[in-house]
Amino acid sequence: MNRVQSIAGGMIRLATFGVALSAGLLLAGVTVAATKTSLVLGMSVEPQGLDPTVSAPVAIGQVTWQNIFEGLVAIDKDGKIVPQLAKSWEISGDGLIYTFKLQQGVKFHDGEDFDSAVAKFALDRARGPESTNGQKRFFAAIDTIDTPDKQTLVLKLKERNGSLLYWLGWPASVMVGTQSAANDKTTPIGTGPFKFVSWTKGDRVELVANPGYWNTQTKLGLDKVTFRFIADAQAQAAALKSGDVDAFPEFAAPEMMEGFKEDTELVTVIGNTELKVVAGMNNTRKPFDDKRVRQALMMAIDRSTVIDGAWSGFGTAIGSHYTPNDRGYIDLTGTYPYDPEKAKALLAEAGYPNGFTFTIKTPQMPYAPRSAEIMQAMFAEIGVTMTIEPTEFPAKWVQDVFKGTDYDMTIVAHAEPMDIDIYARDPYYFNYKNPAFTDVIKKIELTADTVEQEKLYGEAQKILADDVPALFLFVMPKLGVWNAKLKGLWENEPIPSNVLTDVHWED
Amino acid sequence: MIVLLLRRLSSLLLTLLAVSALIFIVMDVLPGDPAAIMLGTSASPDTLAALRHELGLDQPLIIRYALWLGGVVTGDLGNSYTYGVPVAGLIAERLAVTLPLALFAIVLSVAIAIPLGVASAARRNSAVDYAAAFVSQLFIAVPGFWVGLLLVLVFSVSLGWMPSGGFPGWHGGFGSSLGALLLPAIALALPQAGVLTRVTRSAVLEVLNDDFVRTARAKGLPRRAALWRHAVPNALVPVVTILGLQFTFLIAGAVLVENVFNLPGLGRLAFQALTQRDIIVMQDVVLFFAALVIIMNFIVDLSYLYLDPRLRGRSR
Repeated sequence: MNRVQSIAGGMIRLATFGVALSAGLLLAGVTVAATKTSLVLGMSVEPQGLDPTVSAPVAIGQVTWQNIFEGLVAIDKDGKIVPQLAKSWEISGDGLIYTFKLQQGVKFHDGEDFDSAVAKFALDRARGPESTNGQKRFFAAIDTIDTPDKQTLVLKLKERNGSLLYWLGWPASVMVGTQSAANDKTTPIGTGPFKFVSWTKGDRVELVANPGYWNTQTKLGLDKVTFRFIADAQAQAAALKSGDVDAFPEFAAPEMMEGFKEDTELVTVIGNTELKVVAGMNNTRKPFDDKRVRQALMMAIDRSTVIDGAWSGFGTAIGSHYTPNDRGYIDLTGTYPYDPEKAKALLAEAGYPNGFTFTIKTPQMPYAPRSAEIMQAMFAEIGVTMTIEPTEFPAKWVQDVFKGTDYDMTIVAHAEPMDIDIYARDPYYFNYKNPAFTDVIKKIELTADTVEQEKLYGEAQKILADDVPALFLFVMPKLGVWNAKLKGLWENEPIPSNVLTDVHWED
Repeated sequence: MIVLLLRRLSSLLLTLLAVSALIFIVMDVLPGDPAAIMLGTSASPDTLAALRHELGLDQPLIIRYALWLGGVVTGDLGNSYTYGVPVAGLIAERLAVTLPLALFAIVLSVAIAIPLGVASAARRNSAVDYAAAFVSQLFIAVPGFWVGLLLVLVFSVSLGWMPSGGFPGWHGGFGSSLGALLLPAIALALPQAGVLTRVTRSAVLEVLNDDFVRTARAKGLPRRAALWRHAVPNALVPVVTILGLQFTFLIAGAVLVENVFNLPGLGRLAFQALTQRDIIVMQDVVLFFAALVIIMNFIVDLSYLYLDPRLRGRSR
């Protein structure tokens, strides 16, 4: 593209030169080529449908969220809740009534007006009996929805819910139109700054700027956006180097990042994500039902070696199911640090002086088998034999491990932000039950005060770090590679997304 | 002749029916629930049930089979679970890439292999023969996807002559679409050309030893004429058999090369559908592949009748 651009630039200059000559050199100064306003953005995974409110895969949100669809509130690049289609809100003292004041003059791309009735429709669709929203639980606390006037939306809750507002910022909670919702899966219609144009399945989705965008404060730098889906890392690299793709915000292969260093037209940007790589254990199955065994296994692992081996040294070690992005994060990697001698002693104390043998079910995503192989060597040091059993993800993994809980240990990256509450869910594949933990999570939901919430999140992290229901390994990096002249892409990923509102080209 | 055709046609339909039942059962035994995959790990049981109902997955096996087969017979292949659009359209879109690609590759492969194979048979044990043997071995030994990677590195990344992958769509212009298919077609054609060269060589060699070729030469026909007028046409039966096999392989088995060039072909659709357990797409695509293989064999058989008059005589 750069090559094409520079050739085109050359031609423009040439043409200008001709005009200037014939006009007596009057136009000699006008040789600046127009700034580029189109973007080709690459993704590894093609979304399955384009409606984030009816199926779960994160790729759907990564194309549509904040670009096509918007929510009552949004999550910004620092992970904070910011107003969007609701310009303000009030929460009653008991935390049970949320009153949203909605923006005026908002229209969907098909011309439908957005008002409180539409907002009620969208929320009812997400929480109703026929809902296939993967995050239906978000809306479980809502009891009734009232619309006293067009610009006011009132949610009455059954009980306090400290996370509701945050959840309303998620892709699964975006506002959809009454006329268009049924077809959003193939032709998404939202209120966002970009409009859907076409989807060539297996290849690309095209968007154009929405000229009637309600938020006139937003100055878009792009008028045409193409999302291209390229699964193969080699093909991704080739597309970037040849300029066919301008940006890969999440490049697939860490071991190939070095290869971009010499290319001066590209920059590499290492950010962080919410993807927590954890090796979950079946907490009711012997010997993992003994906390000391789990702690010993944790101490057998040198996280930095795992990160080096599995992900070329990119990634941040974690000691609990929480990332440095998340509010109230505490570094707990020191709770059970790498210490094979202590690990052996603890195993002996638990009744396994000669170690034991078990199986890890690993999905095929590169990070999983690579991590597992390193862990296997480390466990061998303390006399524990781990057999690696490849398990197809998602189909077989969901069936055997996630739903069937027929496993000893597994390893998977948990993608959802702030999902520490999964350890309080029952049933959940860890089979972990700790009333003290469940209690803390409950308290978080019932607390509206952010400072108090952060304190409680700290407590929750500590309980997990000590109980070790899963081996907490590392947070996946966001390996961004894009054209050096491209600005405004998010460096970090507090929520899986590709927000294009601020993206623009620099000359 | 007609009787033969009808007999072949009815056995073709019966085979397809058996294949459809087999596909359906295999897909059903395959672990993994499409609804669970679509809804992710946070879905509640009632949401799952709602989606399973919406997709018709809550009905008994035999009913689902009957509904599917009934649909296929009437031309309705159903809707993709994941994309939410008719499968027939999806397959058609992908065929618009895969079919021209396969044809392109076959043409290239024939253009390389026939002259090379005939030449090396005609000059057996000459330098040409050894060179051809070396080249064809090389083509067979080197996997197509790796050739693809190499081609991309040279022609897209270094020289910038070709797009690194993707497909602009035929509406985007014939030239650019054909250009997008050139490198992948070469990557696909080379291994096939390697095989075809070997087959052509041995087939021509065999015929060259036959009496009628010797007779033709004895009549005073020049070497060249005897070769092209008598030997080559009579050597085509095994060559066409291999071509038929290769064509079906190129339609169904190009997934690795499609991945390297990021082409939205049929192979990638099948692969994607498998990982997502988009069962309806899987069923339709596999049935399509099966039908293709069966029909291709049928066409190859018919071509024997054309190529070898002796077979025509017998079937009458």
